[in-house]
Amino acid sequence: MIWIDTLVQGVLLGGLYALFAAGLSLVFGIMRLVNLAHGDLIVMGAYLILVLVTLLGLSPFVALLIAMPLMFALGWVLQKFLLNRTLGDDILPPLLVTFGLSIVLQNALLEGFSADSQRLPTDALTTASMSLGPVTVGVMPLLTFASAIVVIVGLNQLFYRTSLGRAFRATSDDAVTASLMGIKPANIFATATGLALVIVAIAALYLGLRANFDPSVGPARLIYAFEAVIIGGLGSLWGTLIGGIFIGVAQTVGAAINPEWQILSGHLAFLAVLLVRPRGLFPRAHD
Amino acid sequence: MALLATHNLTAHYGDFQALFGVDIEINEAETIAIIGANGAGKTTLMRSISGVLRNAPQMVRLETAEIGSAPADEIMAQGVSMVPEGRKLFPSLTVEENLLIGTYGRKIDGHWTLETIYDLFPILKERRNSPGTALSGGQQQMVAIGRALMSNPRVLLCDEISLGLAPVVIKDIYKSIPKIKAAGASLIVVEQDIGQAMAVADRVYCMMEGRITLSGRPDELSRDDIHNAYFGASH
Repeated sequence: MIWIDTLVQGVLLGGLYALFAAGLSLVFGIMRLVNLAHGDLIVMGAYLILVLVTLLGLSPFVALLIAMPLMFALGWVLQKFLLNRTLGDDILPPLLVTFGLSIVLQNALLEGFSADSQRLPTDALTTASMSLGPVTVGVMPLLTFASAIVVIVGLNQLFYRTSLGRAFRATSDDAVTASLMGIKPANIFATATGLALVIVAIAALYLGLRANFDPSVGPARLIYAFEAVIIGGLGSLWGTLIGGIFIGVAQTVGAAINPEWQILSGHLAFLAVLLVRPRGLFPRAHD
Repeated sequence: MALLATHNLTAHYGDFQALFGVDIEINEAETIAIIGANGAGKTTLMRSISGVLRNAPQMVRLETAEIGSAPADEIMAQGVSMVPEGRKLFPSLTVEENLLIGTYGRKIDGHWTLETIYDLFPILKERRNSPGTALSGGQQQMVAIGRALMSNPRVLLCDEISLGLAPVVIKDIYKSIPKIKAAGASLIVVEQDIGQAMAVADRVYCMMEGRITLSGRPDELSRDDIHNAYFGASH
Protein backbone atom coordinates (compact mmCIF):
# COMPACT_ATOMS: atom_id res chain seq x y z
CA MET A 1 0.00 0.00 0.00
CA ILE A 2 2.85 2.37 0.81
CA TRP A 3 4.15 1.96 -2.72
CA ILE A 4 0.84 3.03 -4.23
CA ASP A 5 0.90 6.07 -1.96
CA THR A 6 4.49 6.78 -3.03
CA LEU A 7 3.57 6.57 -6.70
CA VAL A 8 0.50 8.80 -6.29
CA GLN A 9 2.48 11.42 -4.37
CA GLY A 10 5.16 11.25 -7.08
CA VAL A 11 2.63 11.79 -9.86
CA LEU A 12 1.17 14.78 -8.01
CA LEU A 13 4.65 16.22 -7.40
CA GLY A 14 5.21 15.78 -11.14
CA GLY A 15 2.39 18.25 -11.73
CA LEU A 16 4.43 20.95 -9.98
CA TYR A 17 7.50 20.11 -12.05
CA ALA A 18 5.40 20.16 -15.21
CA LEU A 19 4.22 23.66 -14.27
CA PHE A 20 7.84 24.72 -13.73
CA ALA A 21 8.67 23.27 -17.14
CA ALA A 22 5.69 24.23 -19.32
CA GLY A 23 6.80 27.83 -19.85
CA LEU A 24 10.34 26.71 -20.63
CA SER A 25 9.00 24.15 -23.11
CA LEU A 26 6.74 26.75 -24.75
CA VAL A 27 9.56 29.24 -25.26
CA PHE A 28 12.00 26.60 -26.47
CA GLY A 29 9.40 25.03 -28.76
CA ILE A 30 8.61 28.29 -30.53
CA MET A 31 11.92 30.12 -30.71
CA ARG A 32 14.58 27.57 -29.67
CA LEU A 33 15.51 29.93 -26.83
CA VAL A 34 16.85 28.34 -23.66
CA ASN A 35 15.93 30.74 -20.87
CA LEU A 36 18.42 30.23 -18.05
CA ALA A 37 16.54 32.80 -15.95
CA HIS A 38 13.35 30.69 -15.98
CA GLY A 39 13.77 29.43 -12.41
CA ASP A 40 14.51 32.93 -11.12
CA LEU A 41 11.43 34.25 -12.92
CA ILE A 42 9.38 31.62 -11.03
CA VAL A 43 10.85 32.87 -7.75
CA MET A 44 10.22 36.47 -8.79
CA GLY A 45 6.60 35.50 -9.52
CA ALA A 46 6.31 34.06 -6.01
CA TYR A 47 7.60 37.34 -4.53
CA LEU A 48 5.16 39.30 -6.72
CA ILE A 49 2.25 37.24 -5.38
CA LEU A 50 3.62 37.65 -1.84
CA VAL A 51 3.73 41.43 -2.27
CA LEU A 52 0.17 41.51 -3.60
CA VAL A 53 -1.03 39.30 -0.74
CA THR A 54 0.76 41.44 1.85
CA LEU A 55 -0.11 44.88 0.47
CA LEU A 56 -3.69 44.25 -0.62
CA GLY A 57 -4.65 41.57 1.90
CA LEU A 58 -5.71 39.20 -0.87
CA SER A 59 -5.86 35.44 -0.98
CA PRO A 60 -2.89 34.06 -2.94
CA PHE A 61 -5.31 32.72 -5.56
CA VAL A 62 -6.85 36.18 -6.11
CA ALA A 63 -3.37 37.71 -6.13
CA LEU A 64 -2.49 35.28 -8.94
CA LEU A 65 -5.24 36.82 -11.09
CA ILE A 66 -3.50 40.20 -10.74
CA ALA A 67 -0.02 38.72 -11.13
CA MET A 68 -0.81 36.92 -14.39
CA PRO A 69 -1.36 40.02 -16.60
CA LEU A 70 1.60 41.74 -14.93
CA MET A 71 3.82 38.75 -15.70
CA PHE A 72 2.49 38.63 -19.27
CA ALA A 73 3.45 42.28 -19.74
CA LEU A 74 6.89 41.67 -18.23
CA GLY A 75 7.47 38.70 -20.54
CA TRP A 76 6.30 40.63 -23.60
CA VAL A 77 8.60 43.56 -22.88
CA LEU A 78 11.52 41.31 -21.94
CA GLN A 79 11.29 39.38 -25.20
CA LYS A 80 10.49 42.32 -27.46
CA PHE A 81 13.21 44.65 -26.25
CA LEU A 82 15.91 42.32 -24.95
CA LEU A 83 15.72 38.65 -25.90
CA ASN A 84 14.66 39.18 -29.54
CA ARG A 85 17.97 40.96 -30.06
CA THR A 86 19.84 37.81 -29.05
CA LEU A 87 18.06 35.40 -31.41
CA GLY A 88 19.91 34.16 -34.47
CA ASP A 89 22.02 31.29 -35.74
CA ASP A 90 24.38 31.50 -32.75
CA ILE A 91 22.89 29.89 -29.62
CA LEU A 92 25.42 31.56 -27.30
CA PRO A 93 23.98 35.13 -27.04
CA PRO A 94 20.59 34.07 -25.57
CA LEU A 95 22.35 31.74 -23.12
CA LEU A 96 24.68 34.51 -21.96
CA VAL A 97 21.97 37.15 -21.72
CA THR A 98 19.52 34.93 -19.81
CA PHE A 99 22.36 33.79 -17.52
CA GLY A 100 23.06 37.46 -16.83
CA LEU A 101 19.37 38.09 -16.30
CA SER A 102 19.31 35.23 -13.79
CA ILE A 103 22.10 36.86 -11.76
CA VAL A 104 20.44 40.27 -11.94
CA LEU A 105 17.11 38.84 -10.75
CA GLN A 106 18.67 36.92 -7.86
CA ASN A 107 20.54 39.98 -6.66
CA ALA A 108 17.58 42.30 -7.12
CA LEU A 109 15.39 39.93 -5.07
CA LEU A 110 18.12 39.66 -2.44
CA GLU A 111 18.33 43.44 -2.28
CA GLY A 112 14.57 43.88 -2.12
CA PHE A 113 13.54 41.01 0.14
CA SER A 114 16.75 39.87 1.93
CA ALA A 115 17.91 36.24 2.08
CA ASP A 116 15.20 35.29 4.59
CA SER A 117 12.99 32.51 3.33
CA GLN A 118 9.34 33.33 2.74
CA ARG A 119 6.14 31.43 2.25
CA LEU A 120 2.74 32.35 0.92
CA PRO A 121 0.05 32.27 3.62
CA THR A 122 -1.89 29.02 3.75
CA ASP A 123 -5.50 28.50 4.74
CA ALA A 124 -7.77 25.54 5.44
CA LEU A 125 -7.98 24.66 1.76
CA THR A 126 -4.25 24.51 1.27
CA THR A 127 -3.73 22.20 4.23
CA ALA A 128 -6.77 19.98 3.62
CA SER A 129 -6.51 16.38 2.48
CA MET A 130 -8.88 13.80 1.05
CA SER A 131 -9.08 10.08 0.51
CA LEU A 132 -8.60 8.70 -2.97
CA GLY A 133 -9.32 5.00 -2.61
CA PRO A 134 -6.55 3.47 -0.56
CA VAL A 135 -4.43 6.63 -0.35
CA THR A 136 -4.84 10.03 1.23
CA VAL A 137 -3.72 13.03 -0.81
CA GLY A 138 -3.43 16.70 -0.03
CA VAL A 139 -5.87 19.01 -1.75
CA MET A 140 -3.04 21.37 -2.68
CA PRO A 141 -0.95 18.75 -4.56
CA LEU A 142 -4.15 17.64 -6.29
CA LEU A 143 -4.93 21.24 -7.24
CA THR A 144 -1.36 21.66 -8.48
CA PHE A 145 -1.63 18.59 -10.68
CA ALA A 146 -5.05 19.66 -11.99
CA SER A 147 -3.61 23.09 -12.81
CA ALA A 148 -0.78 21.44 -14.75
CA ILE A 149 -3.30 19.43 -16.78
CA VAL A 150 -5.41 22.57 -17.42
CA VAL A 151 -2.29 24.49 -18.53
CA ILE A 152 -1.14 21.72 -20.89
CA VAL A 153 -4.64 21.19 -22.34
CA GLY A 154 -5.10 24.96 -22.67
CA LEU A 155 -1.78 25.38 -24.47
CA ASN A 156 -2.60 22.49 -26.80
CA GLN A 157 -5.99 24.03 -27.61
CA LEU A 158 -4.29 27.36 -28.25
CA PHE A 159 -1.65 25.74 -30.47
CA TYR A 160 -3.93 23.52 -32.53
CA ARG A 161 -7.30 25.30 -32.55
CA THR A 162 -6.57 29.01 -32.95
CA SER A 163 -5.12 31.37 -35.51
CA LEU A 164 -2.52 32.52 -32.95
CA GLY A 165 -1.48 28.91 -32.40
CA ARG A 166 -0.99 28.42 -36.14
CA ALA A 167 1.13 31.56 -36.15
CA PHE A 168 3.19 30.21 -33.23
CA ARG A 169 3.86 26.96 -35.12
CA ALA A 170 4.50 28.63 -38.47
CA THR A 171 6.95 31.12 -36.93
CA SER A 172 8.68 28.27 -35.12
CA ASP A 173 9.06 26.41 -38.44
CA ASP A 174 10.32 29.34 -40.52
CA ALA A 175 10.20 32.94 -39.29
CA VAL A 176 11.06 34.49 -42.69
CA THR A 177 8.29 32.66 -44.55
CA ALA A 178 5.94 33.41 -41.66
CA SER A 179 6.56 37.12 -42.21
CA LEU A 180 5.36 36.62 -45.81
CA MET A 181 2.03 35.55 -44.28
CA GLY A 182 1.73 38.90 -42.52
CA ILE A 183 3.05 37.54 -39.22
CA LYS A 184 5.40 39.74 -37.17
CA PRO A 185 7.84 37.18 -35.72
CA ALA A 186 9.13 39.64 -33.09
CA ASN A 187 5.59 40.10 -31.74
CA ILE A 188 4.82 36.37 -31.90
CA PHE A 189 7.96 35.66 -29.86
CA ALA A 190 7.02 38.40 -27.38
CA THR A 191 3.50 36.96 -27.02
CA ALA A 192 4.96 33.47 -26.45
CA THR A 193 7.24 34.71 -23.68
CA GLY A 194 4.36 36.68 -22.16
CA LEU A 195 2.32 33.49 -22.13
CA ALA A 196 5.23 31.55 -20.64
CA LEU A 197 5.41 34.05 -17.79
CA VAL A 198 1.69 33.66 -17.13
CA ILE A 199 2.41 29.95 -16.61
CA VAL A 200 5.41 30.92 -14.50
CA ALA A 201 3.04 32.91 -12.26
CA ILE A 202 0.84 29.82 -11.79
CA ALA A 203 3.93 27.72 -10.99
CA ALA A 204 5.08 30.45 -8.58
CA LEU A 205 1.77 30.29 -6.69
CA TYR A 206 2.14 26.57 -6.02
CA LEU A 207 5.84 26.89 -5.25
CA GLY A 208 5.06 29.53 -2.63
CA LEU A 209 2.17 27.59 -1.12
CA ARG A 210 4.04 24.28 -1.00
CA ALA A 211 7.43 25.30 0.33
CA ASN A 212 9.62 28.11 1.55
CA PHE A 213 11.40 30.16 -1.06
CA ASP A 214 14.21 32.68 -1.08
CA PRO A 215 16.11 34.51 -3.85
CA SER A 216 18.59 31.66 -4.32
CA VAL A 217 16.20 28.77 -5.11
CA GLY A 218 15.59 29.65 -8.78
CA PRO A 219 18.44 27.61 -10.34
CA ALA A 220 17.22 24.37 -8.69
CA ARG A 221 13.72 24.99 -10.12
CA LEU A 222 15.37 25.56 -13.51
CA ILE A 223 17.13 22.18 -13.28
CA TYR A 224 13.86 20.35 -12.55
CA ALA A 225 12.18 22.21 -15.41
CA PHE A 226 15.03 21.36 -17.80
CA GLU A 227 14.91 17.72 -16.85
CA ALA A 228 11.16 17.51 -17.37
CA VAL A 229 11.40 19.24 -20.76
CA ILE A 230 14.28 17.06 -21.96
CA ILE A 231 12.75 13.81 -20.73
CA GLY A 232 9.49 14.68 -22.48
CA GLY A 233 11.20 15.68 -25.73
CA LEU A 234 12.12 19.27 -26.53
CA GLY A 235 9.06 21.32 -27.45
CA SER A 236 6.44 18.64 -26.65
CA LEU A 237 3.90 19.91 -24.10
CA TRP A 238 2.37 16.53 -23.19
CA GLY A 239 5.93 15.18 -23.09
CA THR A 240 6.75 17.90 -20.57
CA LEU A 241 3.93 16.68 -18.31
CA ILE A 242 5.15 13.10 -18.61
CA GLY A 243 8.70 14.31 -17.93
CA GLY A 244 7.55 16.13 -14.79
CA ILE A 245 5.72 13.05 -13.56
CA PHE A 246 8.76 10.89 -14.30
CA ILE A 247 10.98 13.07 -12.11
CA GLY A 248 8.34 13.38 -9.41
CA VAL A 249 7.87 9.61 -9.17
CA ALA A 250 11.63 9.00 -9.24
CA GLN A 251 12.08 11.45 -6.37
CA THR A 252 9.33 10.01 -4.18
CA VAL A 253 10.48 6.45 -4.84
CA GLY A 254 14.05 7.46 -4.02
CA ALA A 255 12.85 9.18 -0.85
CA ALA A 256 10.86 6.10 0.15
CA ILE A 257 14.03 4.01 -0.06
CA ASN A 258 16.18 6.58 1.70
CA PRO A 259 15.10 10.18 2.40
CA GLU A 260 18.56 11.43 1.42
CA TRP A 261 18.14 9.99 -2.06
CA GLN A 262 15.14 12.06 -3.09
CA ILE A 263 16.87 14.70 -5.24
CA LEU A 264 19.62 12.38 -6.44
CA SER A 265 17.19 9.73 -7.68
CA GLY A 266 15.37 12.33 -9.81
CA HIS A 267 18.63 13.32 -11.48
CA LEU A 268 19.65 9.67 -11.97
CA ALA A 269 16.32 8.90 -13.61
CA PHE A 270 16.92 11.85 -15.93
CA LEU A 271 20.35 10.50 -16.88
CA ALA A 272 18.89 7.05 -17.46
CA VAL A 273 16.33 8.45 -19.91
CA LEU A 274 19.04 10.40 -21.73
CA LEU A 275 21.08 7.21 -22.12
CA VAL A 276 18.17 5.29 -23.63
CA ARG A 277 16.36 8.11 -25.51
CA PRO A 278 18.78 11.03 -26.02
CA ARG A 279 16.05 13.11 -27.76
CA GLY A 280 13.51 12.45 -25.01
CA LEU A 281 10.40 10.32 -24.95
CA PHE A 282 8.32 12.37 -27.44
CA PRO A 283 10.66 14.31 -29.72
CA ARG A 284 9.12 16.54 -32.41
CA ALA A 285 9.19 14.69 -35.71
CA HIS A 286 10.57 17.51 -37.84
CA ASP A 287 13.28 18.84 -35.52
CA MET B 1 -0.04 54.81 -62.91
CA ALA B 2 1.51 51.38 -62.42
CA LEU B 3 0.09 49.22 -59.66
CA LEU B 4 3.57 48.24 -58.50
CA ALA B 5 6.94 49.49 -59.70
CA THR B 6 10.60 49.37 -58.79
CA HIS B 7 12.79 52.42 -59.39
CA ASN B 8 16.54 52.10 -59.68
CA LEU B 9 16.36 49.15 -57.29
CA THR B 10 19.62 47.89 -55.87
CA ALA B 11 20.24 45.02 -53.45
CA HIS B 12 23.26 43.72 -51.62
CA TYR B 13 24.25 40.59 -49.70
CA GLY B 14 27.01 42.01 -47.53
CA ASP B 15 29.63 43.39 -49.94
CA PHE B 16 28.14 41.58 -52.90
CA GLN B 17 25.80 43.67 -55.05
CA ALA B 18 23.05 41.49 -56.54
CA LEU B 19 20.83 44.09 -58.25
CA PHE B 20 21.95 47.16 -60.21
CA GLY B 21 19.27 49.79 -60.79
CA VAL B 22 16.38 47.51 -61.71
CA ASP B 23 13.23 49.19 -63.07
CA ILE B 24 10.13 47.12 -63.64
CA GLU B 25 6.43 47.88 -63.41
CA ILE B 26 3.18 45.96 -63.43
CA ASN B 27 -0.32 47.28 -64.05
CA GLU B 28 -3.72 46.18 -62.73
CA ALA B 29 -4.75 42.72 -63.97
CA GLU B 30 -1.48 42.28 -65.83
CA THR B 31 0.89 39.31 -65.78
CA ILE B 32 4.58 39.90 -66.25
CA ALA B 33 7.31 37.30 -66.42
CA ILE B 34 10.86 37.75 -65.19
CA ILE B 35 13.15 35.32 -66.96
CA GLY B 36 16.85 34.75 -66.59
CA ALA B 37 19.47 32.13 -65.84
CA ASN B 38 20.57 31.01 -62.38
CA GLY B 39 22.15 33.89 -60.49
CA ALA B 40 20.57 36.57 -62.68
CA GLY B 41 18.98 38.23 -59.64
CA LYS B 42 15.36 37.14 -60.15
CA THR B 43 14.83 35.78 -56.65
CA THR B 44 16.65 38.77 -55.14
CA LEU B 45 14.22 41.01 -57.02
CA MET B 46 11.26 39.07 -55.56
CA ARG B 47 12.75 39.23 -52.07
CA SER B 48 13.23 42.97 -52.44
CA ILE B 49 9.67 43.58 -53.59
CA SER B 50 8.18 41.34 -50.88
CA GLY B 51 10.13 43.01 -48.06
CA VAL B 52 12.34 40.05 -47.13
CA LEU B 53 15.21 42.31 -48.27
CA ARG B 54 14.80 45.94 -47.21
CA ASN B 55 15.76 48.88 -49.43
CA ALA B 56 15.33 52.63 -49.62
CA PRO B 57 11.59 53.50 -49.43
CA GLN B 58 11.34 54.99 -52.93
CA MET B 59 12.87 51.97 -54.64
CA VAL B 60 9.56 50.05 -54.54
CA ARG B 61 6.16 51.69 -54.97
CA LEU B 62 2.70 50.21 -54.61
CA GLU B 63 0.62 52.84 -56.45
CA THR B 64 1.69 56.01 -54.62
CA ALA B 65 2.93 54.33 -51.43
CA GLU B 66 6.70 53.97 -51.05
CA ILE B 67 7.15 50.48 -49.60
CA GLY B 68 10.81 49.75 -50.31
CA SER B 69 11.80 49.84 -46.64
CA ALA B 70 8.68 48.18 -45.24
CA PRO B 71 8.98 44.74 -43.61
CA ALA B 72 7.48 41.69 -45.32
CA ASP B 73 4.46 41.50 -43.00
CA GLU B 74 3.42 45.09 -43.80
CA ILE B 75 3.88 44.62 -47.54
CA MET B 76 1.76 41.47 -47.41
CA ALA B 77 -0.93 43.37 -45.48
CA GLN B 78 -1.01 45.91 -48.30
CA GLY B 79 -1.77 43.19 -50.83
CA VAL B 80 1.52 41.88 -52.19
CA SER B 81 1.72 38.15 -51.56
CA MET B 82 4.51 35.76 -52.49
CA VAL B 83 4.83 32.10 -53.45
CA PRO B 84 8.45 31.63 -52.35
CA GLU B 85 11.07 29.64 -54.23
CA GLY B 86 11.18 26.10 -52.87
CA ARG B 87 7.53 26.37 -51.70
CA LYS B 88 8.51 26.73 -48.02
CA LEU B 89 5.44 25.04 -46.54
CA PHE B 90 5.28 24.95 -42.75
CA PRO B 91 6.09 21.35 -41.70
CA SER B 92 4.10 21.46 -38.47
CA LEU B 93 0.92 22.62 -40.20
CA THR B 94 -1.56 20.49 -42.15
CA VAL B 95 -2.50 21.37 -45.73
CA GLU B 96 -5.58 23.27 -44.55
CA GLU B 97 -3.66 25.05 -41.81
CA ASN B 98 -1.01 26.05 -44.36
CA LEU B 99 -3.80 27.58 -46.44
CA LEU B 100 -5.45 29.30 -43.46
CA ILE B 101 -2.18 30.87 -42.26
CA GLY B 102 -2.18 32.77 -45.56
CA THR B 103 -4.90 35.04 -44.19
CA TYR B 104 -3.12 35.89 -40.92
CA GLY B 105 -1.98 39.36 -41.94
CA ARG B 106 -4.73 40.24 -44.41
CA LYS B 107 -8.32 39.17 -43.97
CA ILE B 108 -10.46 40.64 -46.72
CA ASP B 109 -13.49 39.32 -48.53
CA GLY B 110 -12.65 38.36 -52.08
CA HIS B 111 -12.80 35.59 -54.61
CA TRP B 112 -10.31 33.35 -52.86
CA THR B 113 -11.53 31.27 -49.94
CA LEU B 114 -10.79 27.73 -48.80
CA GLU B 115 -13.58 26.51 -51.07
CA THR B 116 -12.38 28.32 -54.19
CA ILE B 117 -8.81 27.15 -53.54
CA TYR B 118 -10.13 23.58 -53.31
CA ASP B 119 -12.02 24.16 -56.58
CA LEU B 120 -8.77 25.32 -58.18
CA PHE B 121 -6.77 22.38 -56.80
CA PRO B 122 -9.25 19.59 -55.90
CA ILE B 123 -6.54 17.22 -54.70
CA LEU B 124 -5.85 19.53 -51.77
CA LYS B 125 -9.35 18.98 -50.39
CA GLU B 126 -8.67 15.24 -50.24
CA ARG B 127 -5.35 15.85 -48.50
CA ARG B 128 -6.55 18.72 -46.27
CA ASN B 129 -5.59 16.99 -43.00
CA SER B 130 -2.21 15.69 -44.16
CA PRO B 131 0.98 17.46 -43.10
CA GLY B 132 1.83 19.90 -45.88
CA THR B 133 5.29 18.47 -46.35
CA ALA B 134 3.93 14.90 -46.80
CA LEU B 135 2.57 15.86 -50.23
CA SER B 136 4.29 15.42 -53.59
CA GLY B 137 6.30 18.36 -54.94
CA GLY B 138 3.52 19.40 -57.30
CA GLN B 139 0.87 19.22 -54.59
CA GLN B 140 3.11 21.22 -52.27
CA GLN B 141 3.39 23.86 -54.97
CA MET B 142 -0.41 23.96 -55.18
CA VAL B 143 -0.55 24.54 -51.41
CA ALA B 144 2.03 27.32 -51.68
CA ILE B 145 0.04 29.04 -54.44
CA GLY B 146 -3.22 28.56 -52.55
CA ARG B 147 -1.67 29.91 -49.35
CA ALA B 148 -0.58 33.08 -51.13
CA LEU B 149 -4.00 33.48 -52.77
CA MET B 150 -5.92 33.15 -49.49
CA SER B 151 -5.20 36.81 -48.65
CA ASN B 152 -6.79 37.88 -51.97
CA PRO B 153 -3.64 39.77 -52.98
CA ARG B 154 -3.53 42.61 -55.46
CA VAL B 155 -0.15 41.41 -56.68
CA LEU B 156 0.93 37.77 -56.56
CA LEU B 157 4.67 37.09 -56.78
CA CYS B 158 5.44 33.56 -58.04
CA ASP B 159 9.10 32.66 -57.61
CA GLU B 160 10.20 29.68 -59.73
CA ILE B 161 6.98 27.71 -59.34
CA SER B 162 8.19 25.06 -61.79
CA LEU B 163 11.47 24.44 -59.99
CA GLY B 164 12.16 20.74 -59.41
CA LEU B 165 8.82 19.56 -60.83
CA ALA B 166 8.18 17.05 -63.63
CA PRO B 167 7.02 18.59 -66.96
CA VAL B 168 3.54 17.11 -66.66
CA VAL B 169 3.17 18.59 -63.17
CA ILE B 170 4.44 21.98 -64.36
CA LYS B 171 1.77 21.93 -67.04
CA ASP B 172 -0.90 21.30 -64.40
CA ILE B 173 0.38 24.12 -62.20
CA TYR B 174 0.49 26.56 -65.10
CA LYS B 175 -3.11 25.69 -66.00
CA SER B 176 -4.11 27.56 -62.82
CA ILE B 177 -2.47 30.85 -63.87
CA PRO B 178 -5.24 32.00 -66.28
CA LYS B 179 -7.83 31.27 -63.57
CA ILE B 180 -5.86 33.32 -61.06
CA LYS B 181 -5.58 36.16 -63.60
CA ALA B 182 -9.31 35.96 -64.28
CA ALA B 183 -10.03 36.40 -60.57
CA GLY B 184 -8.36 39.81 -60.72
CA ALA B 185 -4.85 39.57 -59.33
CA SER B 186 -1.79 40.92 -61.09
CA LEU B 187 1.02 38.39 -61.32
CA ILE B 188 4.77 38.56 -61.43
CA VAL B 189 6.03 35.15 -62.54
CA VAL B 190 9.73 34.43 -62.14
CA GLU B 191 10.87 31.55 -64.34
CA GLN B 192 13.85 29.85 -65.88
CA ASP B 193 11.46 27.99 -68.19
CA ILE B 194 11.14 30.56 -70.96
CA GLY B 195 8.37 28.73 -72.80
CA GLN B 196 6.04 28.59 -69.79
CA ALA B 197 6.74 32.20 -68.90
CA MET B 198 6.13 33.52 -72.43
CA ALA B 199 2.87 31.56 -72.66
CA VAL B 200 1.23 33.24 -69.65
CA ALA B 201 2.81 36.71 -69.64
CA ASP B 202 1.49 39.97 -71.08
CA ARG B 203 5.01 41.40 -70.87
CA VAL B 204 8.43 39.88 -70.22
CA TYR B 205 11.55 41.20 -68.52
CA CYS B 206 14.82 39.36 -69.00
CA MET B 207 17.52 39.65 -66.34
CA MET B 208 21.23 38.94 -66.43
CA GLU B 209 23.79 39.63 -63.70
CA GLY B 210 21.44 41.79 -61.66
CA ARG B 211 20.25 44.01 -64.53
CA ILE B 212 17.24 44.11 -66.82
CA THR B 213 18.64 43.30 -70.25
CA LEU B 214 15.41 43.11 -72.27
CA SER B 215 11.73 43.86 -71.92
CA GLY B 216 8.68 43.77 -74.12
CA ARG B 217 5.56 41.87 -75.14
CA PRO B 218 6.22 38.19 -75.93
CA ASP B 219 5.16 38.65 -79.55
CA GLU B 220 7.61 41.56 -79.97
CA LEU B 221 10.68 39.62 -78.85
CA SER B 222 12.63 37.45 -81.24
CA ARG B 223 14.32 34.22 -80.22
CA ASP B 224 17.74 35.85 -80.78
CA ASP B 225 16.83 38.88 -78.65
CA ILE B 226 15.89 36.60 -75.77
CA HIS B 227 18.94 34.37 -76.24
CA ASN B 228 21.26 37.38 -76.16
CA ALA B 229 19.50 38.93 -73.15
CA TYR B 230 19.43 35.62 -71.27
CA PHE B 231 22.99 34.42 -71.86
CA GLY B 232 24.80 37.56 -73.08
CA ALA B 233 25.65 38.49 -76.66
CA SER B 234 28.95 36.58 -76.66
CA HIS B 235 27.24 33.16 -76.33
